[in-house]
Amino acid sequence: MRELTFTAAAREALTEEMARDPSIFVVGEGIGQRGGNFNTTSGLYDLYGPMRLRDTPIVERGFIGMCTGAAMTGTRPIVDFMFVDFILDAMGELINQVAKIQYMSSGRLKMPLILRGSIGITGASATHHSGSYFPMFVNIPGFRVVVPTNAYDAKGLFKTALRGDDPVIFLEHKSLLNSKAQVPEEEYFIPFGQAAVVREGSAATVVAVGSMVRKALEACDALAAEGIAIEVIDPRTLAPLDIPTILASVHKTGRLLIMDETFQPCGIGAEIAAQVVAQGFDDLDAPIMRLNGVYTPTPYSPPLEAAVIPNPTQVLQAIRDLLAE
Amino acid sequence: MNYLALYRQMLEIRRTEEHLAKAHQAGMIPGACHTYVGQEAIATGVCAHLTHDDAVFSTHRGHGHALAKGVPPREVMAELFGRVTGCSRGRGGSMHLFAPEVGMMGTSGIVGPCILQATGAGYSARLLNKGTVGVAFFGDGASNNGAFHEGLNLAAIWDLPVIFVCENNLYATEVPFSYATRNTDMAERASTYGMNAVSVDGNDVLAVYAAAGEGIRRARAGEGPTFLDCKTYRTRAHAEGMPSLGTYRTQEELDAWKARDPITTYRAHLVSEGIASEDEFAQIEREVVAMVEESFEFAKSSPYPDPATVAEHVYSDG
Ligand SMILES: Cc1ncc(C[n+]2csc(CCOP(=O)(O)OP(=O)(O)O)c2C)c(N)n1
Ligand SMILES: [Mg+2]
Repeated sequence: MRELTFTAAAREALTEEMARDPSIFVVGEGIGQRGGNFNTTSGLYDLYGPMRLRDTPIVERGFIGMCTGAAMTGTRPIVDFMFVDFILDAMGELINQVAKIQYMSSGRLKMPLILRGSIGITGASATHHSGSYFPMFVNIPGFRVVVPTNAYDAKGLFKTALRGDDPVIFLEHKSLLNSKAQVPEEEYFIPFGQAAVVREGSAATVVAVGSMVRKALEACDALAAEGIAIEVIDPRTLAPLDIPTILASVHKTGRLLIMDETFQPCGIGAEIAAQVVAQGFDDLDAPIMRLNGVYTPTPYSPPLEAAVIPNPTQVLQAIRDLLAE
Repeated sequence: MNYLALYRQMLEIRRTEEHLAKAHQAGMIPGACHTYVGQEAIATGVCAHLTHDDAVFSTHRGHGHALAKGVPPREVMAELFGRVTGCSRGRGGSMHLFAPEVGMMGTSGIVGPCILQATGAGYSARLLNKGTVGVAFFGDGASNNGAFHEGLNLAAIWDLPVIFVCENNLYATEVPFSYATRNTDMAERASTYGMNAVSVDGNDVLAVYAAAGEGIRRARAGEGPTFLDCKTYRTRAHAEGMPSLGTYRTQEELDAWKARDPITTYRAHLVSEGIASEDEFAQIEREVVAMVEESFEFAKSSPYPDPATVAEHVYSDG
């Protein structure tokens, strides 16, 4: 089967859906002829023109508010925000409007608005280009929050986002954009709320989010050499969150570690832990553990940046600590 | 030109608001209530040109916009009373009135976003070649918010079919417009974004009707957005339960504006021009009062929403 990068796979989803549905349009800075800072739209301007590949001024609140109104009146806007840090300028629009319109209108208005762009700490991007912030979005009723970790998932989840009627925050970790995976030619969709068991095992369960999936798998390779089989789960969507798959795994392993590059307090790990304790307490043979990035803004200097995110040694140690409990 | 329809619409808003104000005093409205009394000519003159396919986005002082756009008074009242028969089924209240069936795309408890959302409705209209317009109603206070500047600029650079209706009633809560900006010429501020911007007497329904008609004609013809700077005054308190004068305005000022009441001056104009007779006005008054009273009874006797439905409609699948 052919291999595509994460970015190319997501772009293929977009290309297919734009051909199918003339109400889809994309807004963002440099997403027209330039094709996007991360090549998210390259080639599309020539196919679909300026009304559907709409270059914007630097006005994040403005174009997100505009797309909110557009989504209420029959079109399907995609905001290509480049770095999630930039849409913090539009948090009022996102939380007070985008997330609440369906509810306020008692379901008579839909909000098919997609916000997509990069997240994550990598490459000395420094603190205004390294955010993830998905715990904040997950906290808000009304959003779908999607964090794909490979090309195959990126395409299938993006297709689902483009067919749905809910606002979707589609977050693409910068360290994964060029990673390749097999992507079939045939059309497929990945439903929201369905975690992937990316590695099977029986000794412990690791739920890894975003960039931590690859790191978890690397650590598990090392442990497999010692005859220890760890199960790794990639939730893929954080809202909705597939708790049943995690519970089923914990039922089997009795141990749970949640790995996430973003900070600990009120993060996705806290939520998963609380739900597993509430629903799977009797399955647990050890305390639930978390491994997170350091609770700090993201520093620039490479050694400092590296100190913020869990490194391979820490990942391996965290799993060993869990097994030793 | 249906002169009496404009009169009837203004009166419907006025009588509905008066009922709501009394209901608020009587403790029948559990939340906030910002009335539109004194500003009726603006929603009336603008919405007279709109169909249900045109999209209106409004703000905290939005009862008049909803009514003029075609939301029945009974649904507005029921919403303020928190009943399931309200236009938002009890999920919204005074500041979140939704009736997409008639193109009322919502009022907002946040000052500003309606300006951006109307711009987006203009974008949809262009992309889908609908021939419709997006309309934003907002106050002078919103003109100092980033949404104003961002929305006007976007609508202007893309020639979107949007009508920005600023209801300049001189105060934002208790803050005079002259305190909040160095340039109190609202139309000039808008025109710096390169759009058609006109000032109009917001208490003169025929003036609003004419200016809005021209702006909407331009928008539908692809000639871009129009900004209407409607000069007006709210004659009740900012919100029910607050003082009418407070420390920020004088009795003389209030009286001077009451003398320019948009409904009584319009009625006098129609009589003096021989367009309508006192008998016709008396008839309209009876009909409107009966309808508003019926609406009030309907709202009062409507059931509350079922608490078991509280989490419905967070997402599109229920
Ligand atoms: C973003 C935001 N800030 C503050 C408020 C509180 N607030 C409600 S109405 C209002 C004044 C608005 O004035 P204006 O826009 O002139 O409208 P008016 O009330 O005069 O009709 C304020 C400050 C709000 N609703 N939203
Ligand atoms: Mg005002």
